[in-house]
Formats: sequence, C-alpha cells, structure tokens
Amino acid sequence: MKQTFSSLALGPSELVFGRAKHPIIRNGVSIGSGSVLPEIKFTLSSISIEEATREEIRSQYSEMITDVCQRAVDLHQSQLVVEFELLPQMTVESHWGVMITELLKEVMEQFRSTEGLQSLLRVTPTDTREFKKPPLRREGRELEDVLTSFRTCANAGGDLLSIESTGGKEVTDQAIMETDVRGMLFGVGVLAAADMEFLWERICEIAHETATIPAGDTACGIANTAMVLADKHYIPKVFAAVVRAMTAVRSLIAYEAGAIGPGKDCGYENAYIKAITGFPMSMEGKSAACAHLSTVGNIAGAYTDLWSNESVQNVKLLSAMAPVVSMEQLIYDCRLFNTSLRGGKEMDLRDLLVDSDSSLDPQAFIFRPEIVQMLSATIIAGRSHYEKTLSVALATAACLDQGVKDGTLLLSQREQKWLHKIAGELADLPTEEGQFIEEEKRKWLGHVDLAQYGLPR
Amino acid sequence: MEILNELSANLQEGYADKTKKLTEEALAQGIPATEILEKGLIAGMNIVGGKFKKNEMYLPEVLVVARAMKFSMDVLKPHLAAARVKSRGKILLGTVKGDMHDIGKNLVGIMLQGAGFDVVDVGTDISMEKFVETVEREQPDVLGLSALLTTTMVYMKRVIEALEQRQLRGKVKVIVGGAPITQRYADEIKADGYARDASSAVDLVRSLLNSGAQQN
Repeated sequence: MKQTFSSLALGPSELVFGRAKHPIIRNGVSIGSGSVLPEIKFTLSSISIEEATREEIRSQYSEMITDVCQRAVDLHQSQLVVEFELLPQMTVESHWGVMITELLKEVMEQFRSTEGLQSLLRVTPTDTREFKKPPLRREGRELEDVLTSFRTCANAGGDLLSIESTGGKEVTDQAIMETDVRGMLFGVGVLAAADMEFLWERICEIAHETATIPAGDTACGIANTAMVLADKHYIPKVFAAVVRAMTAVRSLIAYEAGAIGPGKDCGYENAYIKAITGFPMSMEGKSAACAHLSTVGNIAGAYTDLWSNESVQNVKLLSAMAPVVSMEQLIYDCRLFNTSLRGGKEMDLRDLLVDSDSSLDPQAFIFRPEIVQMLSATIIAGRSHYEKTLSVALATAACLDQGVKDGTLLLSQREQKWLHKIAGELADLPTEEGQFIEEEKRKWLGHVDLAQYGLPR
Repeated sequence: MEILNELSANLQEGYADKTKKLTEEALAQGIPATEILEKGLIAGMNIVGGKFKKNEMYLPEVLVVARAMKFSMDVLKPHLAAARVKSRGKILLGTVKGDMHDIGKNLVGIMLQGAGFDVVDVGTDISMEKFVETVEREQPDVLGLSALLTTTMVYMKRVIEALEQRQLRGKVKVIVGGAPITQRYADEIKADGYARDASSAVDLVRSLLNSGAQQN
C-alpha cells in the first residue's frame, strides 16, 4: 500500500530507542513497542559455495544459529531477530537461499517450542543486478533472480524482507571517489530514487503474496561506501555526512511504496526515516566493530529498535565462536537500553549516547536529535525526490557549518575547506530537475543505461 | 633541471594545462622523454602518492593530479615509443568469480596508473578461465586479484593453480587484496604478495618488479 509522509511522525521528545509510533508485532515478537531487541547476523568463514561443500555449509549455519539461540536463552533474552543476508551465489541459485532459510527457521522454531525464545527471521537477498555492467535494472535474468530469491525465501520461512539495493551505484561509485556533488545528486536523487520506486513496488507485492513484512532498504552501497572511504581518510568526512543525509530520500521510497520496517541495520539514514515514518528501525554501532570501523558507535543507538552486530564471521574466539560472542554483546547492550526505558531514564541515556559521539565527527553530528528533526522536516517539505535530495544536502552542509561556528562540532581546517567547497557546489545546482538530468546524462553516457531507470536515453 | 622541477610542482597541484605545456616545452628543449617522465612526472607522482599514504591528500585531489599526468603522458607516449622505452610494468587487475565488489580494485588501479604502470582492468566476477586467457593475451608482469567475501576469497587459490597448470605462474607475479585477505592467506595460497590498501599495493608492485629485475 502506497504511503505519503507529509509531517513528522515523531517529535524531538518522542524520538528515542525502543519506541516507534507504529510497532511491529509478529509471532510473539514485538519491535518498537517499548524495548530494544538484539538482531544477530553471521556469515560463513572462508569456504566456497558449491555442491562439494554443501554439508559443511549446512553444518556451519546449523552450529551458528543453534549456539546464538542457546546464548540468548542462557542470558534470559526472550525475543530476538536473526538476519540471513544471502551471499550473491545464494541469491542467483535460489535453492541455496531456500535451504539456509529453512535450516535457520527450523532451529529458531525449535527454540520457540522448547525454550520459549520468540524470534523473527529477516532475509536479505543480494542485489545481483550489479553483476552486469552497466546493470540491467528493470529486465533480464538478474532482476528475476533477485525477485525469485525474495519469493522463495519468504515462502521458506522468512518473516522480514530487506535488501541493500544498488540503483545509481554505477554513477555514485565514481562520484564518491571524485567527491563529485553533481554526480551524487544524479546518482541518488534521480537514479537511485527511480530504481527504488520500481524495485519496492515489486518487493511489496511479494510481501503481500507471501504474508511477510516488507521491512526496508539501506543505502549501504552508496552511503556506507562513502563512510568507509572517509574513515580510511580517502575522502572528506563532511562529504560522507552529506551523502548520508541525501540517501535518506532514496531509502524513504521503500516506505512510500509500502514497507513498514524494521529498517535494516546498516542504513544509518534510518534515524531520519524513523522520525518521518514512525516505523521501527534496526541500527548498528559499537557492537558492530566486528564488521567495520564506526564513528557513530554510540549515537547510532539513540533511536534504534533493533540493535545489530552488522555481521561476523564464524571464527573461534577465546570464549566461543564469534557469532555467539556478538549475541552476548548485543544482549547486554539491550539490557541497558531496556532498563533505562523501564525506569523512565531513556531520554537521559539517549542524550548520553548522542553527546558522547556527536562533536567528534560530522557523520555523528548529523544524528543529533535536533538535527534529525530539522533534516527530516527538510526532506518531507520537498516536492520531488530530486528536490528533497538537493535540499537535504544543502541543509546538511549548512548545519555542519553552524556546528563548527558555534563550537559543537570539531572539524579540522582541511575538512572545513572541503565543507565550504561542497556547500558552494551544492548552491550552484539547478532546482529544476529536467534541466539537471539533461546536463548530467551526457556526462554519464556509457556508465549507465538510462532506460533501465525509466528515463529517456 | 629547472623545467622538470617546475613540471613536477605543477603536476602536484593538478594543473593539467600547465603540466601539458611544460612537457611540450621540455621536449622542445631536447630533454629526453625518459628524463621528463622520471624526473618530472614520476617524481611528482611519487610525492603525491607519499602524501596520500600519510593521509595528507584525499583521493579526489590525487585524481586531479592523475588526470594532469594523463594529459602529459598523451604528449610523451609517442616519444617514449620512438625511443623504445619499456613500460614500468603492466598490471592486470580483476575481482574473482562470484564477487562484484570493485571499489578497492579500482582504487588500486588508479594509484598504480598514477605511479606510471600500465593497468588493464578485467572487471568483476572473473572466472579462472578468463584470468588465464587474459594473462596469456596481455602478458602482464603482475596479476592483482581482489575479493571482498569470505566465500569468494577461496577462488584466488584456484586462479593461481590454473596459472600453474598452464605454466604461466613463472611468468607473472600474483598479488592479492580485499577485506578478508591477510598476508597469512596470501602465503597459504602461494601468492607473491598481499597489500592491505591501494598505496601499499603500489609499494608491493614496485618491490616485486624490482626484485624480478634484479633476478633477471
């Protein structure tokens, strides 16, 4: 069901972890209705996926799911979400995805019946349309593979459907490396937006047919690429911060198409989406250090409803296998969130999470509650996805500049120079989308097939 | 020579037009193309590469310099060919089968080109047959394999074994990289080297080709 969002669902005093305006309740699991639950994800250690390794793969997944569920029981965790992020080959060859989905679900159901552990399974096929260069977004075997994977995994026991879709990536990869503001606006505000509309209409149809939940999409391939490159000092952090806010517009489109959350963990833009939609969100922060560096380790928890470890390889640590260790860490984080909620101290904890990170990095600063409110309001005020993307980029640059001026954001001279450059380039961009597309499409000829985005070549 | 210092300085600033003009002027002064390349362009790029490695320059700034370098190379190439100057080395890059991640590989390619190497990028999701076929055709000095997934990194070993079977392994150095890769894994699969990032990849290639040259 298509939805429009013309006002913010959550005000500043309502935007907090564990509470969403529209909680999700399914199979005894309640998300966003007053507590934060762990969302655990794990992946195989080094192994190829082929017939010869089939039993070894089954055995690894079986061990991982059994052991994380047992650790949850041992630590009195009564509800959790498990994410199965399919590897590319498991999406292309759907029988692999089905096999692992069934295996995970079977163990989760055993723990439900024997230990009372309530759980939901999120299935996340890979956007394998990316295999073709330039990708076929709206036709061909790759699209069919992705949709088939959703359908078959949903029928095999998946509860929540998510994806990290990659529309626009054929432009944004290069634009990120070049810190090309125009390219980002084209890739995110035009291409990714068009692709999200196309793809999520289909994912929501599958969710409806299979009685599963369309849970949302993350801009991992765009905003997290920028984040990782910024954290490696390859590109300015202020650029990554602006890109993050821009991608909230494209990720929001999944919800406009009918998704209801919980949004997927690596979409840090979920902070804005929760404020706009009121749907519960999953986030990852300090306890995802097993997967990647984060400069938003605490602040990412400020508004979350599921708390995730992103992903961890099935390797042995001193105490246990790594997925089990992650499970334990997430449970203790959630205990703290939930104790503060029960004691009416959640806003204190939220503000501590915010204040401990926000002045140190522009990517954290843009998640301060007052800034989340302001940027979310900017997004919904826009009349088109293009206008929303441009206006939120401008507003992000302006709020970072203000943060530097009033001393609430520490930014090196070098970063400040880039911030002014980016703000200047944004200010020069046309507000009229048609003119902008005409200007940009010539530049990206050969990189992108515009017809695959429903645009004239 | 003053003009080569000026060329290097302008290149480091990314001034493409000025860099190209100084290259033409240096040629007109009768300076050998190899000297312009080594003492002007490569010298400048080495300084830029060093600054990038020390986090003193961002990638977009390096790319501007690389573009300026390309302008000059377009001028210089016919002269280098006429003088039968050999390339600093040809590097073949690709992401292994089942894996479509390519930003890290692309960064390695950019940095290697900036350091003066010829780079052939075969793309992503590349089978061992295609790697072997391309190595036979392109005859690179180094083959760089990239993988981001724990389930695709194992394919690197197969590519190396396929090169061995076709008796190509002695003719090409193989280096590996990507998030799950370690030096230990590189040693285990008998790769010639592992680089943790794009800047280290340039150092690794230089070191491998230098040691190869000394052995020859």
